[in-house]
Parts: sequence; C-alpha cells; structure tokens
Amino acid sequence: MMQKRTIEIGVGVFVAAGIAALVMLAMKVSNLAAFTNQQGYEVTARFDNIGGLKERSAVTVAGVRIGRVKSIVFDDKDYEAVVTMNIESQHDRLPADTSASILTAGLLGEQYVALEPGGDEAFLKPGGDIKLTQSAIILEKMVGQFLFDKAAGGDGKKEEGAAP
Amino acid sequence: MMGWLQRLGSTSLSVFERLGRGNLFLLRILAALPSLVLRPGLVIAQLYSVGVLSMTLIVISGLNVGMVLGLQGYNTLVDFGSEESLGQLVALSLVRELGPVVAALLFAGRAGSALTAEIGLMKATEQLSGMEMMAVDPLKRVVAPRFIAGIISMPLLAAMFSAVGVLGGFFVGVGLLGVDSGAFWSQMQSKVDLYDDILNGVIKSIVFGCVAAWIAVFEGYDAVPNTEGVSRATTRTVVHTAFAVLGLDFILTALMFGDE
Repeated sequence: MMQKRTIEIGVGVFVAAGIAALVMLAMKVSNLAAFTNQQGYEVTARFDNIGGLKERSAVTVAGVRIGRVKSIVFDDKDYEAVVTMNIESQHDRLPADTSASILTAGLLGEQYVALEPGGDEAFLKPGGDIKLTQSAIILEKMVGQFLFDKAAGGDGKKEEGAAP
Repeated sequence: MMGWLQRLGSTSLSVFERLGRGNLFLLRILAALPSLVLRPGLVIAQLYSVGVLSMTLIVISGLNVGMVLGLQGYNTLVDFGSEESLGQLVALSLVRELGPVVAALLFAGRAGSALTAEIGLMKATEQLSGMEMMAVDPLKRVVAPRFIAGIISMPLLAAMFSAVGVLGGFFVGVGLLGVDSGAFWSQMQSKVDLYDDILNGVIKSIVFGCVAAWIAVFEGYDAVPNTEGVSRATTRTVVHTAFAVLGLDFILTALMFGDE
C-alpha cells in the first residue's frame, strides 16, 4: 500500500511539474501578457511607404509602447498604405494634430510607429485619422541618395579647383 | 536475377505486412482505450514508470541543451552586436524544435525501449498467452495503459525540457555572459507567440508521443518471442522512433512554419 502511495505522489509531482512548465512557457516566454489589455481604440494613418512594418508592431509615444498595429491595408485609389493602430484606452489624450512616423529600432531592428504629440487642444477621437505622417526610411534609397550627392559634390569641388 | 527480384519482393511484402499489422494493432489499442476509464490505477502505474522515471533525464538534458544554446548563440550574436536577442533565439529553438524532438528521442531511448523489452519479455515468457487463458485481454490490461501513458507524458516532458532549457540559457546568458536580464526576457516575449510557437510545439510533442508509444508497444507485442527477438525489437524501437520522429518533424514544421 505504501508503494502505491509513493507511485501516486511521484505521478502527481510529474504532472504538476509538466503543467507548471507549460504555464511558465505560456506566461513567461510567450507574449500572452500582451494579449490581456486588448481593449482600446483605433486610429488610422496613411503612409506612402511603410517599409518593413508588420501587424502587431509597436506604436510608441516618447519611446513608450502604448499600442500595436492592428492591420495594414493597401488603398488602391490613392496608392497608399492604410495602417490601423490599436491604442490602449487609458492613453486617450493624444492631440488631434499628432503626427506619425515609421522608425527603426537600432540599425537592423524591427520597425515601429512613433507618434509625436502636437499642440492641438482637441484630442484624437476613436476611429480618427492621423493627418501628418512620415514614411519609413528605406536604407537602399538613402544610400543611393548619399552616393549620388557625394558624386555630384565631389565633381563640383574638382571643377572649382581646376577653374582658376 | 530471379533470386534478387524474389528477395526484393519478399522484403517489400514483409515491410507492408508489418505496416498493416501495426495499423490494425493501433486500431485495437484505440478500441481498448475506453475500458481504461474503469481502471485508472493501471495508467497511473505506467505514468510512473514512463514519465516520472524519465523526468531526471529530460530535465538534465534540457538544462544542458539550453546552456549550450546560450553559449553558442551568444558567440554568434555578439558579432552583430545583438546579443539581447539571445532570449529569443534560445526560446524559439527550444519551443519550436529542440524541445519536442530531443525529448522524443530521449523518450524513445529511456521509456520506449523499456516498454518494448517489457512487453516482449511478457510475450516470450508466455505471460500474455496466460492472460488470454484467464480471459484477460492483454491489450486492455498491458498495452493500452502503456500507450496512453506515453501519450500523456510526452507533451509534459517536452514542456519541461523547453522550460528548463530556457532557464539554462538564462543562467548562461545573463549570469555568465552578462546579457541584460530585462532585454533577455522582453525580446523573448515579444517574439514568441502563444499560438504559433508554443501551441504548435505542444501539438508536435503530442504527435511524437503517439508515434513513439505506438512503435514501442507494437514492437514489443510483435517481437519474436525469444531472447534475440526481444533484443532486436528493442533496437528497432529506438531506430524506428528516431526515423519517424525526425521525418514527421520535417512534415509538421513545413505545415506549421513553412508559410511564413
């Protein structure tokens, strides 16, 4: 009888440890915590180019995450990307002339939407539209521009030096 | 030439015959499962020998795999200046792949071979026929509890492997190599998805558990009832489980993560 008891205790420990491991994976390792405060309000913004922005990317103000990108759709009338963002409901005091830009975390990091509050007295309403947007910076374009400027600038200097 | 063809034919026939016997056997086990509800004690005793006794091996291996991942990942990531992603690397590799697969391989070696040897020896010493004589169905009394115990233990063992592995990566990465602890966890949490990664890992481990337990009990039940037959069956269990797990892992990975 004693032996049966030890076996049952052993199995109990085993099952409890397994479930504890699953719970730890769910709570500590995955993004379950981010699901809990889903309620919030939505605002949209239109960008010429969203770069590598994805659904569930962060939306930040002053570097603090206040929401996530909910959906990204392409508007084939204006050839723009319409980004719908879900902002947590406690942050409902964003000015109506808030501007949005797509930035990159670090040199190779992922892209996120940074909101810059303006000075308007009125607040952004749920379902509102952010008018002022700045597209993602595409690294290749920037490098291309830089090389082009450099080449043009370098030639100019040479000519100046050769003229007198 | 004819002899060669005949050998090929007989080999293929015996392979298909075994596959067919294995499938019929699985159906008979499934039919025997409902009777276990009346006797949960049988399953608990098997959970002890299949699960509890494998726990030490799984936990120690998980810790080591996690620590090695931490070291190796750090060395690679530090070249790109992104050692904060270490948590993400360790957690994703463990939860998606290494947890289910390595746990299943260890499970085949530790528990599967023991199941095969036990059932095979029961058959060799005619205990199974003895049960039939006493109108006890050996499938219900012997095989089904071991099968279901394997299926229950495997996801739990794989989850323990992953969880302990993440802790191992944490000890090495944060404790030894000086990765920032907050960045370690937050990078991990932002990139590991509950459904896409963790749930799929659990599904994988359940599938592997079914396959490993099925192969183990079938090889034991189908073993040639003598010493050599049992030893061959035990070897086959480990080899076939390894093949099946690795092959299925590719298919499951392609289905789950292939379209990203």
